[in-house]
Amino acid sequence: MNHILRTAFFALIVRPLMMVVLGTNVRRGELLPASGPAIIVANHNSHLDVFALMNVLGLKRLPQVRPVAAADYFMTRRLRCWFATRIVGIIPIDRSKVRRENGKHPLDPISEVLNSNGIVLLFPEGTRGEPEKMDDFQTGVAHIARRHPEAPIIPVFMHGLGKALPKGEALLVPFFCDMFIGEPLDNKLKKRELMHQLNAAMDDLASELPREEWT
Amino acid sequence: MNHLALEIRLTLASLFATLAILNLVLFIKIRYYAGPDDILVRHRIRTWWTLAGIFSLALCISPRGGVIFFGFISFLALKEFLSMAPTRRADRRVLFYAYLSVVAQYYFAGAAQYQMFLVFIPVIMFVWLPTRMWMIGEGSGFVKAVGTLLWALMITVYSLSHTAYLLVIPIDDNLPTAALNTTVIATHHPGPGLLIFLILLAEANDIFQYAWGKNFGKTKVSPNIAPSKTYAGLLGGVLSTACLAAVIGPLITPMDITHSVIAGVIIAFSGFAGELCIWAMKCDLKIKDFGATLPGHGGVLDRVGNLIFSAPLFFHFIHYCYS
Repeated sequence: MNHILRTAFFALIVRPLMMVVLGTNVRRGELLPASGPAIIVANHNSHLDVFALMNVLGLKRLPQVRPVAAADYFMTRRLRCWFATRIVGIIPIDRSKVRRENGKHPLDPISEVLNSNGIVLLFPEGTRGEPEKMDDFQTGVAHIARRHPEAPIIPVFMHGLGKALPKGEALLVPFFCDMFIGEPLDNKLKKRELMHQLNAAMDDLASELPREEWT
Repeated sequence: MNHLALEIRLTLASLFATLAILNLVLFIKIRYYAGPDDILVRHRIRTWWTLAGIFSLALCISPRGGVIFFGFISFLALKEFLSMAPTRRADRRVLFYAYLSVVAQYYFAGAAQYQMFLVFIPVIMFVWLPTRMWMIGEGSGFVKAVGTLLWALMITVYSLSHTAYLLVIPIDDNLPTAALNTTVIATHHPGPGLLIFLILLAEANDIFQYAWGKNFGKTKVSPNIAPSKTYAGLLGGVLSTACLAAVIGPLITPMDITHSVIAGVIIAFSGFAGELCIWAMKCDLKIKDFGATLPGHGGVLDRVGNLIFSAPLFFHFIHYCYS
């Protein structure tokens, strides 16, 4: 990661964008982890999600924050790859590889970051999908939770950025982003119970807004 | 600072003095009888400091500074409205034009282009936005989408932009009704005084309404929409606001005492009507606030509710009588 460029990018471009053009309404920001290791789990609607989250976490926590992103999408073009790894600081994970290769587990890079007290951002829907519609969560988060019982898992529900910049659109239209932070999950649970708890927490957070389909 | 008359500088200074006194009273109150609402009140006063500070600074730099300030307020209010009210995915491009219209409308206001200012949203955007919408070709939900968007533009951009035009409104100072006790500067730059008059009265009306309603209120004006608003509050508010207008109108604006009282009554009634409109919208959208931009108040739209009707009405009252 290029720390100077990264800080400059988040201070001079992301912050004005998120605070002036878009705007975030955060509820219970104090529940966000003060430092790592921690896992933040959010729903995914737009490329802007990661910037909104990193902006709310602030410049002080920025060096610790590492979003998990799809290697098969972000590592394909040179410029995109440079931006994703050097500026955003993603942990690239290949969505097509699910088995151990050469003795390395596909989730090992995430473990390394957590072991060095990082804050990992995870979008378990695995794709932006239809804007403002939550898809089923993948179970990777349960695997990480089992390997790292010391890292709290904080659910975050986001709403609005799918309207501002949905998948496949290039025109940014200003909308407020609602960001509701939930209580940390109990990560001693088994895989199925943990996923159940995560889904319930997300539904709870989502129900803080009046239900609205975006078509 | 030449465009700000001495009276206006004094008004701004006394505004800050009032805020300071409020802060002091709150500080003492928390010390001796802490209550559950203290934090909210403290946030609310702090937000007033910020708003009054930015507004005064913008006004001191140049009359146009206030134009940019209100342009930004309009942008925030429009964004809050469009984020809360249902919109269609197909209309993203149309919404983009709606945002662009903020810039144009405030340009016409700041440049004092009276006719363009008047027609840009109710005529040009009224024609263009629905046209762009049918061009996209999505028929279902059309009526609702057009209605929502045009209403949004009218309340958040068109009506609020009258505050900006007030800043640059030219006044014919040969008219006999113009009071003589304002300084020469004020008659040449009557804008800041008129704008401060409008905002001060609209906010004071809220406070008067609250005080009268709390002490004497019985019959509710609209129990379903605004359970806290009573006839006693409304009428007491109008009366007190008219009295306050009679005092400060001749001091900081070119109006004489009769015109000031009429203006006060207009601002009080229309401020109330605008506020209730915002409450009705929140009722329909099933939300408590339009946002959290202003800590202690809610969203920008929650704060400017008392201006959405009073700004255009007061503006045209002044324009009719003095321009």
